[in-house]
Amino acid sequence: MGHTELTTYHPSRKLVSDMADIDTASQQLAEAFKVQDADYIEARLSEGETSHITYRGRQLESIGRSTATGGNVRALVKGGWGFVSFNDLNRLQEKVELAVKQARFVGKEESQLAPVEPVAEAVPSTIIEDPSGVSLTEKKQLLDEYNDIICRYPKIQTSMINYSDSQRKTIFLSSAGSWIEQERRDVALRLAAVATDNGEVQQAGISIGGLNDFGVVRGLHAEAEQLAKRALDLLSASHVKGGQYTVVLDPILAGVFTHEAFGHLSEADFVYENEQLRQIMTLGKTFGESYLNIVDTATLPGLRGSYKYDDEGILATKNYLIREGKLVGRLHSRETAAKMNEAPTGNARAISYRYPPIVRMTNTYIEPGSASFEDIIGEIKEGLYAKNWYGGVTSMEMFTFSAGETYMIRDGKVAELMRPVVLTGNVFDTLKNIDAIGNDLDMNQGGGCGKGGQSPLPCSNGSPHIRIRNCLVGGR
Amino acid sequence: MEEILSRASKIAEEAEVFMVSSEETPVEFETNRLKHIQTKQGTVIALRIIKDGRIGYATTTQSDDIENLVANAVATSEFGTNAHFTFPSLTSYPIVEIFDPEIEKITTEQMSELGQRMIDTLIKHTPELICEAMVTRVIVNVGIINSRGGQAGYRQSAFTAFIEGQLIRDTDMLFVGEHWSSCHPLSESGSITAEVLRQLEWAREQAVTPTKSLPVIFTPHGIASSLAGPMIAAFNGKTVLEGSSPIGGKLGMPVFDKRLSLRDDPTIDYRLGSGPCDDEAVPSEITPLITEGIISSFYYDLQTAARAKSRSTGNGHRSQGGQPGPSPSALVITPGDTAFEDMVSDIKEGLLVEQLMGATQGNILGGDFSGNVLLGYKVENGQIAGRVKDTMVAGNIYELLKEVTTIGNDTRWVGSFLSTPSIYCPSVSVASK
Repeated sequence: MGHTELTTYHPSRKLVSDMADIDTASQQLAEAFKVQDADYIEARLSEGETSHITYRGRQLESIGRSTATGGNVRALVKGGWGFVSFNDLNRLQEKVELAVKQARFVGKEESQLAPVEPVAEAVPSTIIEDPSGVSLTEKKQLLDEYNDIICRYPKIQTSMINYSDSQRKTIFLSSAGSWIEQERRDVALRLAAVATDNGEVQQAGISIGGLNDFGVVRGLHAEAEQLAKRALDLLSASHVKGGQYTVVLDPILAGVFTHEAFGHLSEADFVYENEQLRQIMTLGKTFGESYLNIVDTATLPGLRGSYKYDDEGILATKNYLIREGKLVGRLHSRETAAKMNEAPTGNARAISYRYPPIVRMTNTYIEPGSASFEDIIGEIKEGLYAKNWYGGVTSMEMFTFSAGETYMIRDGKVAELMRPVVLTGNVFDTLKNIDAIGNDLDMNQGGGCGKGGQSPLPCSNGSPHIRIRNCLVGGR
Repeated sequence: MEEILSRASKIAEEAEVFMVSSEETPVEFETNRLKHIQTKQGTVIALRIIKDGRIGYATTTQSDDIENLVANAVATSEFGTNAHFTFPSLTSYPIVEIFDPEIEKITTEQMSELGQRMIDTLIKHTPELICEAMVTRVIVNVGIINSRGGQAGYRQSAFTAFIEGQLIRDTDMLFVGEHWSSCHPLSESGSITAEVLRQLEWAREQAVTPTKSLPVIFTPHGIASSLAGPMIAAFNGKTVLEGSSPIGGKLGMPVFDKRLSLRDDPTIDYRLGSGPCDDEAVPSEITPLITEGIISSFYYDLQTAARAKSRSTGNGHRSQGGQPGPSPSALVITPGDTAFEDMVSDIKEGLLVEQLMGATQGNILGGDFSGNVLLGYKVENGQIAGRVKDTMVAGNIYELLKEVTTIGNDTRWVGSFLSTPSIYCPSVSVASK
């Protein structure tokens, strides 16, 4: 080995590290904050464990377990931020000093943070079924059952199953006197089937996730069966011709649409220092018809985007982004709230201790209206019914979101299955083109959100069935 | 590392310890000014064992957490997949230069000056532009040892510079940007800003394309955001082994235009995708994937290669502490001989695709792509007529690249993983509002 810093085992470190749990480290940091000259300092320390099991076809492909302990220090001096993250819980004083030094180098203005009352709380965890309490044997047996169902069909070439769970304890502390301990368990499962025939390859999948409850990944046998059949049916499906359509979205895809089409634009870090965007995003501006209401909230129990305090120690709140078609709110960190002179909303989140918190969505949804599914499709002569999702992405003004399942709508009825489509829109007119909202709100708990190099963050989104006029669809 | 290996070797037939430690310093600019400096220090130790013929795997961030690490690897090995491979024994490695000591002398002050210089150049051209930028310095140390005596290690430097300008007029938003990376530090930012200025000039006017099939030029960025995803999936040895790659059964057969050649090349000095070995201590090598349109090989890690009765091509890479799997190191498309300007002047009515949004979210295994033209230009009578919006492009790489019009000589790196020229396709489906 050429590099001794990698291979040398330091026997002396063992003694120190025995004490270097995150509780002890948090006390050392609190002391270190006191002697620093900064406008504000905070730290997050975290310890956790992640397990994963993946299958590809009949084979269990990989299984593993990871433990991680680490933390970070973030300092603010004259409007400039410094940030240091680490796995080594020794020499914490130096890490605080480095973060402050970096912040001082950057800072040339005045620090602005929305005021907050210090909180000291160990938040009790609300675990329904702890995934770490379920044995590997039982997890594997459940996944085997799903895999057997998918692989039963001869034209299913392979399956792809990705299961993971994690438990994490986080301690947040700040120079303002806050000390918050929180715990969470995340569970995520993706099931996918790949069908082939004469060189054609088609796939279908579903993503499921949950917070503090292993139960969400149980009992998916019927869904596994359906997705295998759908992958097979896609082999003989036709392509949609590219162009504009009246499109009906199911609650899952409409949730992805809500997240991409509007959610990201409501994140105040895009807006707060951008005068032109601030004018575009003035509160009170009309974005949709009077029956459109969009909410983001981390306060709903059991949803993936939920928590009590965000990663700046701010209590989560329920926020209307659009009410009766008008822009009424946005998502904030302490800094964006202060600079826009609005109240903090508790939306500063980081995917791990390796990253500083940035403004993120939590659980975002369109509130239900009164239309039944039949009302929504009944008057469509020719259109598309798009269900389920592959993904979505936004550049603020324009966005795309892709359906996992697409059907033609003919004379008010759902007709033949088509190949998957990618839909696109422009936030300033697509929301106005929503002309019907169903009564059947459902939340999509799969997948994760990526922003600023931080991915995947547990989020959920949802909606009732919605109908969009003049939606641009890619196709051949 | 030796201690972990020796403990694991006592309870398993074979063992491998992989350790990566890194220090990353991003200097970030928001709204045209310096905003944030970070230092990220991290260590991950991964233990892979073969016990009773099955693979067990565990990772930790704490180097003194040996007992727990070994116990987790043993626990998972009970359920692990059968190991079909053995770890590589001691061998020699190609010499690939990937560390420039100059990187250690770069200060955050210099990095912040570089970022501010890029922003100032763009603002001077277009005063209402709002820029974000990030200049990052990384030093990574990697070490791998296994119970067969195999050992490898290297130190890599990386320097990246990124800038994006946002131009808003009413509700119209334009994003133009550029990304640069190397193992050498960057001192001169002129080539980065020149590229962004070129995009700003082209985007001055707006244009509309009809909904029909049109000739399309995919620039290097355009290829990275549309055609690269399906290619990476199709040549993955695992996809091939499972029978879900459309080209799996076509080794030695012509599938693409005979001017198209693609290789995986981790041996180019001072590139981020380069190194003496992969993450399983298998020596790096050049792997030809497409040779003049013919499928010439696929890329493999140890386990997939053993199952496919092939050999590892040195493509066993780990992402975020995960187990090694086949992944390209650095894809290189061989340039052609047509100047970019000649491609543009050849088109009467067509499209230039610079950035496709959402294109890799469909059925990429089947070769399909479909996306919104986030940045692209209409070409009219051999001239760039203006930026297009609300426009979708869709196609299938196996149809599109079977016969291309020309391949450009304007080859360049896009991000750290792909080097490609522009590719000019005769007919691609375009839909617009």
